[in-house]
Amino acid sequence: MIEVKNLSKFYGKIRAVDDVSFQVEKGEIVGFLGPNGAGKTTTMNILTGYIPATDGIAMVDGYDVSRHPMEVKKRIGFLPEHPPIYLDMTVKEYLSFIAELNKMSKQKYESQIKDISEIVKIGEVYTRLCKNLSKGYRQRVGLASALIGNPEVLILDEPTVGLDPIQIIEIRRLIKELGRDHTIILSSHILPEVSAVCERVIIINKGKIVAEDSPENLSKALNSASRFTITVEGSAEQAAGIIKTIEGIKSVSIKTQDKIRGELIIESLEQFDIRKDVFFRLARNQIAMIEMKLLNMTLEDIFLQVTTHEEGGIS
Amino acid sequence: MFAIYKRELKSYFYSPIAYVILGLFFVFTSILFMLGNLYSLSADLSGVTSTMGFLLIFFVPIITMRSLAEDRKNGTEVLLATSPVTLTSRIVGKYLAAFTVLMSLTVMSMLYPLILSAFGKLSFSLIASQYLGIILLGMAFVSIGIFASSLTENQIIAAVLGVVMLFVIWLLDAVSVSIGGWMGKVMQWLSLTTRYQDFNYGDLKLANIFYFLSFTVTFVFLTIRIIDRKTMTQG
Repeated sequence: MIEVKNLSKFYGKIRAVDDVSFQVEKGEIVGFLGPNGAGKTTTMNILTGYIPATDGIAMVDGYDVSRHPMEVKKRIGFLPEHPPIYLDMTVKEYLSFIAELNKMSKQKYESQIKDISEIVKIGEVYTRLCKNLSKGYRQRVGLASALIGNPEVLILDEPTVGLDPIQIIEIRRLIKELGRDHTIILSSHILPEVSAVCERVIIINKGKIVAEDSPENLSKALNSASRFTITVEGSAEQAAGIIKTIEGIKSVSIKTQDKIRGELIIESLEQFDIRKDVFFRLARNQIAMIEMKLLNMTLEDIFLQVTTHEEGGIS
Repeated sequence: MFAIYKRELKSYFYSPIAYVILGLFFVFTSILFMLGNLYSLSADLSGVTSTMGFLLIFFVPIITMRSLAEDRKNGTEVLLATSPVTLTSRIVGKYLAAFTVLMSLTVMSMLYPLILSAFGKLSFSLIASQYLGIILLGMAFVSIGIFASSLTENQIIAAVLGVVMLFVIWLLDAVSVSIGGWMGKVMQWLSLTTRYQDFNYGDLKLANIFYFLSFTVTFVFLTIRIIDRKTMTQG
């Protein structure tokens, strides 16, 4: 459905996107993951035909973006980072305007706008001025506008930024639902978000693709059980002494210790999963473990790992 | 194109801009009409129409200042640029909306000849020529205003730029006289003012009509090029 080959974008000497290639199949939900300034938005802007690429090809449904921009634009619903809403219009007027931009007839778009409003839950603000909407509602109106005309491809640039936790969950659920009959690319700098929604993740850093895989595989490769914390009742030092003797241990350190409990950070060698051993050893020595938590890798950790340890990316 | 035209036009009348301009325009022209026609018992409207032309130097940029600048600033440009609408129809739609606002002023100012006609017979052909002049001048001015709006994302700067550009064009005529020579002749030829005054005195020339039309097309085209260029190089 989407094919990008050797795409590059230079701003003067700055390489915003550097020789990026990837494919997205029909019906897939793909996440772009990367820190700010990684080139996610630039790639999306090129795909939607907003800005031209310096080099390379971007194709949507077999149409080259640079040669048949109209055909591509017809097939894409785009939600930019800041929803491009006309503040002096009501939600209804705005959505009607989008439908007219897409050359839909009035009978056709009126019923479609009603359906979409129900899906993204903007029915209660339907007749209000966009100016008076909260950030969350503006985001939803933006999403609604991307859905108008029922495009096959949805490109969503940071769709959950600025929303409250409940709204974030709702929008994620909505995106998953939409993924049933749309091809979706979304960008984010939040790892759990991408793993919650996407079937495949493309990690971009400094304009280059550094890793590309399913979230499960990425987690497996990057988020292994090699680092975790435990909390024990009593002396952390005593616990540390016991854990040190376990095979495969790399390091144990005491994070906090108060009168009742202590917290330890444990790291094992990569090929070992020592969590069971830790549990049984402590139990045998009458030390009560009241919490064990994997130290989830943050995006920064992943980048560090991808860009320093595993050169060439994970595949 | 029609969708954009409709939206733009609506937004002019949602905001106070259109009304403020309508109001001010009528205050100025009515004073002129009262002094020049009613008090002095004259049926010659050329005083009013030629001053109307001068007033447009200030009014047109205020109408057009937000046209493209606002889209760029608010990020709504992305929406238009990624919708299945060509750049040309985007700009032409916006141009036509601004021109329509200007036309609403012009049509309402037809009240003046209507009032005069109550007192006697007017030369219909002269008035038609004067209004054709205003319409053509307005067309050209709006194209300059839109062009100025494409250069910046700040509305105020767009308005000031527009006024300055129109003022320079307006003065071209006066300056050409003092320069003289072939240079003066070229400037005279280029001047919109000289050609506009022809209409005002009832002198219809096909060449003038063509000049105004091609002037407009040129600046609309330049605007399209500017916006195209800006999207090519932006971040």
